[in-house]
Amino acid sequence: MLRIERLKVEVGGKEVLHGINLHLPKGEVHALMGPNGSGKTTLIMTVMGFEGYKVTQGRIYFKGVDITHLPVYERARMGIGLAFQRPPVVRGIKTRQLIEMCAMGREVDVEEIAAALNFTEFLDRDVNLGFSGGEMKRSELVQLMAQEPELVLLDEPESGVDLVNIALLGRAINRLLGRELEPQEGTSLKELRKRYARSALIITHTGHILDYVPADKGHVLINGHLVCSGNPEEILHTVEKYGYEECAKCLR
Amino acid sequence: MSEVKETLPPEEDLLKVGVDPSEDGRIGTFVQEDDRVVSCGVRQEGVDLLSTRRALERFPEVRDYLWRALEEDLALGEFQDGYFIRAHRGVRPVFPVQSCLYLSREGMRQHVHNIVVVEEGAELHVITGCTSRARRGTHVGVSEFYVKRGGRLHFTMIHAWGDEVETMPKTGVIVEEEGVFISDYICMHPGRKVKMYPTAYLVGPGATARFQSVLVAVPGALMDVGSRVYLRASNTRAEIVSRAVSMGGAIIARGHLVGESPHVKAHLECRGLLLREGGLIHAVPELEGRAVELEMTHEAAVGKIAREEVEYLMARGLTEDEATAAIVRGFLNVDIMGLPQPLQEELDHIIRQSDQESL
Repeated sequence: MLRIERLKVEVGGKEVLHGINLHLPKGEVHALMGPNGSGKTTLIMTVMGFEGYKVTQGRIYFKGVDITHLPVYERARMGIGLAFQRPPVVRGIKTRQLIEMCAMGREVDVEEIAAALNFTEFLDRDVNLGFSGGEMKRSELVQLMAQEPELVLLDEPESGVDLVNIALLGRAINRLLGRELEPQEGTSLKELRKRYARSALIITHTGHILDYVPADKGHVLINGHLVCSGNPEEILHTVEKYGYEECAKCLR
Repeated sequence: MSEVKETLPPEEDLLKVGVDPSEDGRIGTFVQEDDRVVSCGVRQEGVDLLSTRRALERFPEVRDYLWRALEEDLALGEFQDGYFIRAHRGVRPVFPVQSCLYLSREGMRQHVHNIVVVEEGAELHVITGCTSRARRGTHVGVSEFYVKRGGRLHFTMIHAWGDEVETMPKTGVIVEEEGVFISDYICMHPGRKVKMYPTAYLVGPGATARFQSVLVAVPGALMDVGSRVYLRASNTRAEIVSRAVSMGGAIIARGHLVGESPHVKAHLECRGLLLREGGLIHAVPELEGRAVELEMTHEAAVGKIAREEVEYLMARGLTEDEATAAIVRGFLNVDIMGLPQPLQEELDHIIRQSDQESL
């Protein structure tokens, strides 16, 4: 689904990512962890293709296509969706209008999607205007549900959200990823997931969201280097106990 | 009541400024082409719609409304005609009256004097579209509005002028106790120059005025547009909101609030967006407090479109042009003002054109 090869990225003339390799197969959920300023957000902003994130070396492939230099909207139309950590306020555009734009001409039931996230009362408000942290997160997810991306990039979906609402967000993310599958005759859930489930790269600080959205794999990013890839729970345990200093030891 | 119905100006010209020749959802229509009234008729009981000259002949009291909300300007000379609209006491029609002031002959000077009277407890919505087939010409529009006790007048004006037309409307409004005056002004084709400073006088306690303007200036255009409200009685309220977009033209967005009585509340907001080099937006907000215990505020901001907002919408699949257009439309908030569909499409067209030229 997503393959990143030897990726170097500059922000404001300074190299932030120093040669990242990462492979996210179809249907899998990967967690991206690491201390503040390690380059996690830079990595997903680069995958989305924003101005200001300059690729100086390496390639990004999505569904086998080299997207390294495609404009943002083409990546979105190919099936990459991003939930922003701190989305901007857009005055004069109603959230409902934006959700309809996200559907790109497909029919979507805005009311139903919004209801699933207790978001109905925000539909007729200007995009992100006066939203709390948690309301912004819900707004981002409602938009992605209308967009139906195949690859979902989530930038700290749980930050600023209380525990009750994390569960709500977790359910929404699972729904977005097509992970609420029922067993079927003649085929395994694992097989179904491979066929229907979407992929996700989730940036998480606390790992709380992983209690609701289990990750298949975890990656640790430190100072622009991917120092570790492995069992996400094991990584979280180590970090909780010994901090990221322990992960930094693997940085050679 | 005599009705005038001659050949109207081309439909597309009328629709562009919100005037629908089919009269769907309208209770009456007035059209003046150059110096001649070509259409004048109303279908609602309790509402008068006449040309100003005819109204002066027919109703002696109309003379009292001439030059009462405005200082008499003899330099303008004799007016050709204009409209007189009156909603009688307590009459509240569901639909608006529409009027069109149309310049068709090259180099014509059109001079109208309009009077609108909303009697006690009545409500009226007037849509006035001013436009031209001619490229060159002058439009002098003098308008006097009277909102009596508890009345409500909503006045929507849309300007779409030929490239070299110059316009100098003069508007005065007197609002009595608990009366409401709302003005929506939309101008995307100012011609060479639009200069106006409509002024409302809130003379009765609890009266309210709200001016909203949406201004778009293409290269070569100069718009000097403001609104002024005198809050002369207690508990009066005023709000002036303008949204200005320069595509290379010049906009001076003025606003002046004068609080002359205690316990008044007023707010002024000018926001400007500069989309192209060579443009100018000059916001001039003025607050004048002349009494104790009043509350008057203003906010003004001039800038460009935030890159972050464009990219946010691009991440949802919109091209850069589409994202920019959506943001500008949102900024102008034209959906709320009920911009006619052809004008809305034209706005998108202007924005797209501007994007391409700036590349």
